Amino acid sequence: MPNPLRPALVLLVALTLITGLAYPLALTGLAGVIFPAKAAGSLIERDGRIVGSSLIGQSFTADAYFHGRPSATTAADPADATKTVASPYNAANSSGSNLGPTSAALAERVAADLAARRAENPGEPVPVDLVTASGSGLDPDLSPEAALFQVPRVAKARNLSEDRVRRLVDDGVRGRLLGVLGEPRVNVLALNLALDEIDRR
Amino acid sequence: MTLNGWSQIALFCAVVLALARPLGGYMTRVFAGERTILSPLLAPVEGGLYRAAGIDARHEQPWLAYALAMLAFHVLGFLALYGLLRVQALLPFNPDGQAAVAPDLAFNTAASFLTNTNWQSYGGETTMSYLTQMLGLTVQNFLSAATGIALAMALVRGFARASAKTVGSFWVDLTRATLYVLLPLCVVYALFLVWQGVPQTLSGAVAATTLEGQAQTIAVGPVASQVAIKMLGTNGGGFFNANAAHPFENPTALANFIQMVSIFAIGAAMTNVFGRMVGDERQGWAILAAMGVLFLAGATIVYGAEAAGSPVLDGLGLGGGNMEGKEVRFGIVASALFAAVTTAASCGAVNAMHDSFTALGGMIPLINMELGEIIVGGVGAGLYGMLVFVIVAIFVAGLMVGRTPEYLGKKIEAREVKMAMLAILCLPLLMLGFTALATVVAAGLAGPANAGPHGFTEILYAFTSAAANNGSAFGGLTANTAFYNTTLGLGMLFGRFFVIVPALAIAGSLAAKKTVPVSAGTLPTHGALFVGLLVGVILIVGGLTFLPALALGPIVEHLAGGLGQTFATGG
Repeated sequence: MPNPLRPALVLLVALTLITGLAYPLALTGLAGVIFPAKAAGSLIERDGRIVGSSLIGQSFTADAYFHGRPSATTAADPADATKTVASPYNAANSSGSNLGPTSAALAERVAADLAARRAENPGEPVPVDLVTASGSGLDPDLSPEAALFQVPRVAKARNLSEDRVRRLVDDGVRGRLLGVLGEPRVNVLALNLALDEIDRR
Repeated sequence: MTLNGWSQIALFCAVVLALARPLGGYMTRVFAGERTILSPLLAPVEGGLYRAAGIDARHEQPWLAYALAMLAFHVLGFLALYGLLRVQALLPFNPDGQAAVAPDLAFNTAASFLTNTNWQSYGGETTMSYLTQMLGLTVQNFLSAATGIALAMALVRGFARASAKTVGSFWVDLTRATLYVLLPLCVVYALFLVWQGVPQTLSGAVAATTLEGQAQTIAVGPVASQVAIKMLGTNGGGFFNANAAHPFENPTALANFIQMVSIFAIGAAMTNVFGRMVGDERQGWAILAAMGVLFLAGATIVYGAEAAGSPVLDGLGLGGGNMEGKEVRFGIVASALFAAVTTAASCGAVNAMHDSFTALGGMIPLINMELGEIIVGGVGAGLYGMLVFVIVAIFVAGLMVGRTPEYLGKKIEAREVKMAMLAILCLPLLMLGFTALATVVAAGLAGPANAGPHGFTEILYAFTSAAANNGSAFGGLTANTAFYNTTLGLGMLFGRFFVIVPALAIAGSLAAKKTVPVSAGTLPTHGALFVGLLVGVILIVGGLTFLPALALGPIVEHLAGGLGQTFATGG
């Protein structure tokens, strides 16, 4: 039986160089030429400053902005590096809540968020995505219902008519691909940028 | 459940089926050493590799030499990856300054990527340098997938040949799987992903200032090149912690659809390769049909459970299904379908957090893995896992009618059945044995994030995923500890090689057998009767073992949740 060490070693080194260096580096070069903006992370600039990525959600808390979904991402505690603290939409540490269907912590969190949302827009049913954390903690989207639910609050905070804000949401809705794949959604950052544009004009 | 939901599932199945035959034809030609459309480009590279390695491409190996070559390749690969993880801080392509990986985590990660499990005890963007992601993890994504394909080819040759001493050359199969199948598909696929929005850059994390004036650090990297092989090679290890739920790994509904198709593409095509090589494509379709029955049953249950939602949250007045841990762009159906696909195959990528699925919705992924991931399965691994079950099914059929069992003209005798049972029994032993251990030692009990039966399911899921070489997780479990890194790492290694070696032994013994002519007493193995028998044997032999464990976890959680009961940690 021939010694398998030489072929094993040579093939490991050669295939490592091909699949581990040549392939990703060639792709980085190609992607940078063909799709430069997307390869860099679909970044959005305003007034020369990077304000985020169109694919990555960010934390909004002001009444005048549409809020994204709850985010369960964390960050290292500045006081004690062995612990973590809540840090919504931390795009350097994606994660979901990982709370299960019979978790008391989940039930309490959802109940509290539900109460807050109901106080904001009484009488309307709260869309489910508005009180559930996304898998990545970085979900950039809302369902159209969850965006429309927030229209009264945003319109009031900005002194705009509800119709005006509702039209903005409707314009931002992207449907299913070919009418089949995925779910209808609104990009929250794009929506809020559009809101700011109205104020600037 | 909606009409649109069913349309998405139907479209997925149609595309996978449509790809199986053309891809199967191409792969059959590749592994027979025939010229293909890519030969002018790749044949010189292939020849150069063989010359440098001192390999004669025409020289084939008996099963034992094939197995030893595979093992030698893996020992070296393990050492290389472990070493790279330990010294990444000293090497280039580390713009975010990641530190060296701790020994237990490096062992776990090396075992994980070597075995095509791609279980992640770490968060990618907080642990791994770009060099490690490319030169360590991307490489093993390719090589572990190519190994799976190679081993399946050896077993298929065992069925296809008569009175033969050899089952192929591991070196040639490995090289061809990488160069002719995985690499060209990945180049096209990765460019598609970038077009959809997946980053591919060597720059470090981006510093942004949000509209509300907060600093946001956005991790990027050479993501697309890794995601392509992670899906196509059923590896599943994410560039980011949130895996395919992360918008940078899976930005659009189209990217998500293609990712699901790519998980199944090669595995489904392998059944066609099998059919072609044994000279009757119907044999391959019969196996794919058995896989399809089990897959559709599982996908339907996950979809139904997730669409129905959690009784506890519904009790608060919330409707609309279970969206905790799911992304809006995928919604309920594409998340449920993804979960069924990724665990039927040995992928383990997730586009939604399985830990937050409903009790029954999370149970199906668990069962898919417990059956040994033979529903399409990992590239190559799914086919050889399924063929092991075929041998047992044929044996059972033979017992029922009192004849010597035969499959494709080969008599199935004691040696093959023993080897098949060895491969099948190894999985429950690892999954249930390690789970039992973890539930009695303090280091194991420290792991779960959820209380009550869900905590038990987190442990069971982890060891099931490891031994089945899946890699998906109930992510709440704190797995980056010495106990879990070690036990899960061992589970992955045993789960891979204790199935592979018996499968190769079967290949060797089948190849040596003579072919017996078909007679009136031969059970046809391309019809509905055989598909039904195979599905039954899989569920009874592979599934029943796990019923007691499932009763303690997801089943009791489903019943408790139905009564509105919740469980609090720490109290």
